[in-house]
Amino acid sequence: MPGMQTLARVLLAAGPADAEHIQPVTTGMIVKYAVTTVVGIALVWGVIRLFGWIEEKTRASFGVRAGLIGIGVILTAVGAYLGLFWAPPDRMMGDVQRIMYCHVPLLWNALIALCINFACSVLYLIKPSWKTDSLAEAAAETGVVMGANGVLLGAIWAKPTWGVWWTWDPRLIAAAIMLIAYAGYLALRRFIEDPDRRALWSSVVGILVAVDLPVVWFAVRWFRSIHQFQSSPSTVDPALRVPLRVMAFAFLFLLMGFLWQRYRIALAHRKDEVALPDALPTTARREVTP
Amino acid sequence: MSPPVRQPVGFFRATAILLRKDLLLEWRTRARVNALVFFALATLLLFAFALDANRNIMQAAAGGLLWLGLLFSSVLALGESFRVENENAALDGIRLVPASGRAIFIAKALGNTLLIYALGWLLLPVMVALYDIHLTLGPGPYAIALLLGCLSITAPGVVFSAIANNARARDVLLPLLLFPLLVPALLASVKATTLVFGGDPMDQLRSWLWLVAGFDVIYWALGFLLFPRVIED
Repeated sequence: MPGMQTLARVLLAAGPADAEHIQPVTTGMIVKYAVTTVVGIALVWGVIRLFGWIEEKTRASFGVRAGLIGIGVILTAVGAYLGLFWAPPDRMMGDVQRIMYCHVPLLWNALIALCINFACSVLYLIKPSWKTDSLAEAAAETGVVMGANGVLLGAIWAKPTWGVWWTWDPRLIAAAIMLIAYAGYLALRRFIEDPDRRALWSSVVGILVAVDLPVVWFAVRWFRSIHQFQSSPSTVDPALRVPLRVMAFAFLFLLMGFLWQRYRIALAHRKDEVALPDALPTTARREVTP
Repeated sequence: MSPPVRQPVGFFRATAILLRKDLLLEWRTRARVNALVFFALATLLLFAFALDANRNIMQAAAGGLLWLGLLFSSVLALGESFRVENENAALDGIRLVPASGRAIFIAKALGNTLLIYALGWLLLPVMVALYDIHLTLGPGPYAIALLLGCLSITAPGVVFSAIANNARARDVLLPLLLFPLLVPALLASVKATTLVFGGDPMDQLRSWLWLVAGFDVIYWALGFLLFPRVIED
């Protein structure tokens, strides 16, 4: 489909002509990303329903949250041991490379959280609900926290390996604007008092700022970048792969626990904001009636 | 005798009428356009001070300076563009006519694009004089790079401006939302403009322009889809 190809090139791979770095975009890829987006949004919808069901119909909410965070903490401890003592140091970078076991999983999970924010924004525009809005707020906040930590660790890693804390590289710029854009999103939420308008407008903004998410992911492939490509399990030594996987799941469990906790807080705020004002206090009523 | 029933006008006609109204408003209150021009000129002058009026640095950075000047001016233009609608609740009036929200979006975005685009041409001789730049590739590529860059600023700008207009601290909010979002598109515009000024021996201009065009397609499509939700009550 030549027309599809042209559109795909414009939308996805229209980076500078840097032939060996550009990932060829095929119709299959477009279909894959479209299907992934729809499935992801459906998945988030299912998670919201599950949250709501556990909150309302069962008494397991606290247990589930504590369990998620507990598993996350235990896995973090195991991953830290594996990453710091069990895995061998990198051949080129030595012990500094061990930062990878936190840097990469943190940013993976930050991107997951921000994709959840995007899915919630889309869902809110389709069917307004305080639950969707609360999860969007929770996801943006946890995503920004995890992303900021990941970028900070990246800077600490860059100093000994690249020689600078920060360099103006496409991947780094994209990650930095991702954080600033979502900080703007969170600021917008603080600046609007009316909960209905806040939810609607932040959904619109959430969809617009999500344009940066694929840029962050693909920046290393579209542009000439100092940052390395995405690795696949086949390109990473098994001894390095194990702690990376453990840490990825550790942070995933922590993310889920944090998300849920923050979601409960946000939902409680919404309920408070939309609650009807209290009736006049009894003393005031007594003054009015003779 | 009953009054004649007025048929609502079509989408394109509504867009044309709204665009004409916006441009007429700009023309009748020329003070705003003038302020915009002088603001952009002042920014370009200030950049020259910041770079110590070093001719080599200014020449190399001219593309970036031009786009920063246009970006700052566009924030003023976009903010104004919805502030005038606040008077007498004009935006509500337009929606009650009824005009479709998408027509309002296209008209506002096109109007602002025209304004910034004209400003870009106006700043060109100033840049030649101040920064000693040359249009190495000629006016054609400059026109295309300028137009694509302006389109990428205005579409998200109109959406955010409509949002910020009703929020607290609207003067802070518009740049806070707009600047980070625009960085990728702006970066590509800066690269393209720098190539137009400095020459393009490696034939890179086309791919940078495609990149801006890609962002244009995304921003305009999203704005077109989402804007009606922004102004609904």
